[in-house]
Amino acid sequence: MRIHDIIKKAHNFFSQSWAITAAELWKLRHDPTELMTRAIQPLLWLLLFGQVMARVRGMTPGNEKYLDFLAPGILAQSVLFAAIFYGIGAIWERDLGILNRYLVSPAPRTALVLGKAYAAAIRGLVQAVIVYIAAFLMGVDLNLNVLNIAGVAVLIGIGSALFSMFSLIIACIVRTRERFMGIGQVLTMPIFFASNAIYPISLMPQWLKIVSLGNPLTYEVDALRTLMLTGMIDHMNLSYDFMILTGMTFIMIFIAAYLYPRMAY
Amino acid sequence: MQNSPSSIIATYDLTKCFGHHLAVDHVNLNIHKGEIFGLIGPNGSGKSTLIKMLTTLLPISEGHAVIAGYNVKAEPNKVREHIGYVPQLLSSDGSLTGRENLRLSARLYLISAAEQNMRIDQALDMMGLTDHADELVQHYSGGMIRRLELGQGMIHRPDVIFMDEPSVGLDPIARHAVWDYIKRLRDEMNSTILITTHFMDEAETLCDRIGILNKGRLESIGTPQELKQQLGKNATMDDVFIHINNAEASQPADYSDISRERRHFNAHS
Repeated sequence: MRIHDIIKKAHNFFSQSWAITAAELWKLRHDPTELMTRAIQPLLWLLLFGQVMARVRGMTPGNEKYLDFLAPGILAQSVLFAAIFYGIGAIWERDLGILNRYLVSPAPRTALVLGKAYAAAIRGLVQAVIVYIAAFLMGVDLNLNVLNIAGVAVLIGIGSALFSMFSLIIACIVRTRERFMGIGQVLTMPIFFASNAIYPISLMPQWLKIVSLGNPLTYEVDALRTLMLTGMIDHMNLSYDFMILTGMTFIMIFIAAYLYPRMAY
Repeated sequence: MQNSPSSIIATYDLTKCFGHHLAVDHVNLNIHKGEIFGLIGPNGSGKSTLIKMLTTLLPISEGHAVIAGYNVKAEPNKVREHIGYVPQLLSSDGSLTGRENLRLSARLYLISAAEQNMRIDQALDMMGLTDHADELVQHYSGGMIRRLELGQGMIHRPDVIFMDEPSVGLDPIARHAVWDYIKRLRDEMNSTILITTHFMDEAETLCDRIGILNKGRLESIGTPQELKQQLGKNATMDDVFIHINNAEASQPADYSDISRERRHFNAHS
C-alpha cells in the first residue's frame, strides 16, 4: 500500500469516529443539564467526605494533607462513574434502531466504538475542570505547570476511554437496560473501593492489595496524583502507569469493536 | 449462475438458522435495477431476518447474496457503501435536530465536507422537511420522522434502499405521503427499493413485484396482478396472502417481535 493510501485510510477512519463524537457533543449542547448534575457528586465527596476524613490521622501514606490526597482520587472516580454508564446509552440506541443505522454504514466498527470513547473523554475533561476549580478553591496544592495539566488531560482521556469501553463490553453481553443497571452498580463500587482513590493501598489487607493492583483505577489515580499535586511522591512510576492504562484501553477497544456488531443480532 | 444484466440483488439459497430453527430457508431472489420490490408474509416469516442478512447486520448461515456486484459475505464493507437502510425501529436520534441527523449520516458515509451541505439541503427539500430542519427530532410527527429516516438512508445515493415496514404506525395521510416519497426516490434517484410489509394495500399500490415468504421459504413471486390472477378473477391481495399462508392462522409471533412492533408504534405516536 502506498503511503498516500494509508494517510487517506487514516483520515477516513478518524472522520468517521469523529462523526459519532460530534453527534454526542451536539446532544450535550442541546441539553447540558447532564454535565451540571454530574458535577455535583465529586463536589460532595470533596466538601463532605473530604472535610470529615481530613481529621483522621494516618489516612495518607506520607505527610500529605488528606484533601490533597483525595482530590485526584475523586477526579478519577467521577471519570469512572461518568464512563461506566456509557453502555446504557448503547443499549438505548440498540432498543431504538440507531445502532442499526451505525452498523449498516461502511464505518469500521473500531471507528464507531472509538467515537464513543472520545465522547466519554470529552465529558471526563469537563469533570476535570470542575474538580480542578473546586480543589483550587479548597486550597489543595495543585501543580499548575502546563505540562502537568496536559498530562492530566491525556490521563483523563485514556481513563474515560478505558472505562467507557469496559461499559460497552458489558452492555454487549447483557443487552437489556435492567440487567445493565444491576451489573453497573455491582461493578462500580468494587472498582472504586478496591483502588487507592480514597485511601492508600498500604492501609489495605493483603488480599485487597493484590486485587487493587489488577484494578486500572489504581493506576489512573496513581498517575493523577503524581501529575496533579506539587511535591507528591511518585508511588508506582508514572510511565509504568501510562503503559498499563494504554495497554488495557487498546484491549478494551478491540473487544468492544468485536462485540458491538453482535448487539444487532 | 443466471445473473441478468439488470439484476441488482441476487440471492442463492440464502439461509439463516437459529439453532435448529430455519428462519430463512434457501431463498433464491432476483431483483432488478429500479424495481420497488415488496416482501410480504406473516409475523415470523423471515422478512426481517432476510433483510438483516442483506444489509450485513446478521451473518449468513448458508448460501450467498450479491448486491450491486458485491458478495455480501466476502465484501460487507463494499455492500454497505452501496446500500441504504431504514429499519423498522426508530433510527433517527430524537435528541438531535433533523439537520444534525443528516450530517451524522453524511459523515459516516464519508461525503466530502464541500458536498455535505448541498446533499443535506437536497435531502431536506426532497423529504419536505426544510422548514423543520433545525428542530429536535423528538418534536417531529411519526410521518416526519419516517421521511427523515428515508433522507438519511439516501444521503449517499445508494443503489439499493432497504425499508423494513415503512408505514407501520403512521396515520393514512402520512402513509400516503411516505409512499409518494418512496416512489420519488425511485424515479429521481433511480434507486432500487426493497420493502417488507404486512399491509396488502401497501404491497399492491407501491410494489412492482412481490415475493411472499412463509416460514422462511419464498412461496411465490410475481406482480400483484399475476399473484391475484393465479387465484381467480376477483381475487384480492388479501386472498393471495391467506391462500399462501394456507388459512392456517399466522404463526404466533414471538414476544420480542410484538414488543418491537408496539414500541415502534408508541415511539411514532
